[in-house]
Amino acid sequence: MDDDRLTGAGRPIRSGRDGISDSYRPAIRATTFILLLSPPLASCSGVQSALDPAGHEARDVANLFFVMLIGGVAIWAGVVGLLFHAARKRKPYSEKGAGWVILWGGAVFPTATLAALLSYAVWLMPNIRPWFGEDAGVGRVEVTGEQFWWRVRYLDEGGAVAFETANEVRVPIGEPVVFLLNSPDVIHSFWIPVLGGKMDMIPGRENRLTLQAEKPGTYRGVCAEFCGTSHALMAFTVHAMEPEAYKAWVAARRKASGGQDQEGLALFLRHGCAACHAISGTEAKGTIGPDLTAFGERGSVGAGALPNGQEHIARFIRDPGQVKPEARMPHFSMLEEAEIDRIAAYLKGLR
Amino acid sequence: MKSFIPREVETLWTLFTAPTVWALHFLVCYATVAVFCAKGLASEVSFDTVRIALGVVTVLALAMIVLSAWLAWRQWGFGAADPPHDEATRNARTLFQGFATLLLSGLSFVAVLYMAIPMIFIAECQS
Repeated sequence: MDDDRLTGAGRPIRSGRDGISDSYRPAIRATTFILLLSPPLASCSGVQSALDPAGHEARDVANLFFVMLIGGVAIWAGVVGLLFHAARKRKPYSEKGAGWVILWGGAVFPTATLAALLSYAVWLMPNIRPWFGEDAGVGRVEVTGEQFWWRVRYLDEGGAVAFETANEVRVPIGEPVVFLLNSPDVIHSFWIPVLGGKMDMIPGRENRLTLQAEKPGTYRGVCAEFCGTSHALMAFTVHAMEPEAYKAWVAARRKASGGQDQEGLALFLRHGCAACHAISGTEAKGTIGPDLTAFGERGSVGAGALPNGQEHIARFIRDPGQVKPEARMPHFSMLEEAEIDRIAAYLKGLR
Repeated sequence: MKSFIPREVETLWTLFTAPTVWALHFLVCYATVAVFCAKGLASEVSFDTVRIALGVVTVLALAMIVLSAWLAWRQWGFGAADPPHDEATRNARTLFQGFATLLLSGLSFVAVLYMAIPMIFIAECQS
């Protein structure tokens, strides 16, 4: 913040005694209040805001939040009003009148209000958590939370894995998608705030979450359950696409695609990257780490740790632990710089 | 006509009647739905059957709480005297217990109703 009044770097706010007249005080207070309020208000929108919904379920959640907020503010204002009233009232109420206030204000009103809010929230639930059972017509994506990245597998109509990718989720708009969530290591939580509520990924269990995007765009999903040192660096990109574009993308992904740059691929294979990583259409078939097919299109390097660019890829290969503490990938700083750069260029070029 | 309800119930245990009914109702609702869904009985019996059965349980629970409240109200002398009933006499103690039981019955009544609200809206088993 540049405002000297807030940082205290310039002329400090003084009480009436040492300079500023008391008549300025309310104005200063109001300005400060508005300035303090504007950052939180501005942060209500964005690619990762539950208050800026781009999907069906998230809109219900946002509505629920605002209804509760407005209700809460109204009740708070009422209680504060009552407090002022009580503080200013000279003549006490009769005992009967006080009993009346306690009965209606302390028992009947909260009971009725809570019943209304509870009913509203529970009434929203079937919409927020729709259920499609084994309906084969609904798209299914299996997402596995790993320390600290996301394995994403798109299933075909028969329930078999059509193709795998990582740290990126694509959904068609206007169609529900069922996410099958699980984890091989610790509890993670799958959360795309603009599309809906979060759901835990629990080892040994498959949780299901249905989301439906309505607004095309690129959003951000996060891990919402502390899962280790790099928990905060475990994010993914969400692309909500027009159904036609989505279909075209799925068709493209189902084809092999990684062999365009033979020299880069050879280097990638020679240094053992394929032990953990897979690239469709090549000999790289490792399954321990994230699938790197079409890596150049991904929104980030290291599951949201760095923006996607050749330099960042090289930096990650050199020492993943420096970018992402306790990442499972070993460092490759023993490789020559030129080779690291060449592999980074190869990965950035994958489409 | 001789009423089947005793003219006077004087034991501390009546104080817990309503909360106990609430706890049992809570347990029955949760356990029934959990077992119903976990055992995959949804294919044989419709969820609405469970809903109606638990509705009947809810009505029974509310009736028991109302009965407990009525007994408490009677014990309190139908509100003839005002609280706090803090004199060190047997009469004050009886009135105090009656009033406390009445308030607990009210709380339990509301708690049972709140417990029943999700049963109206819950759509199906999700597993």
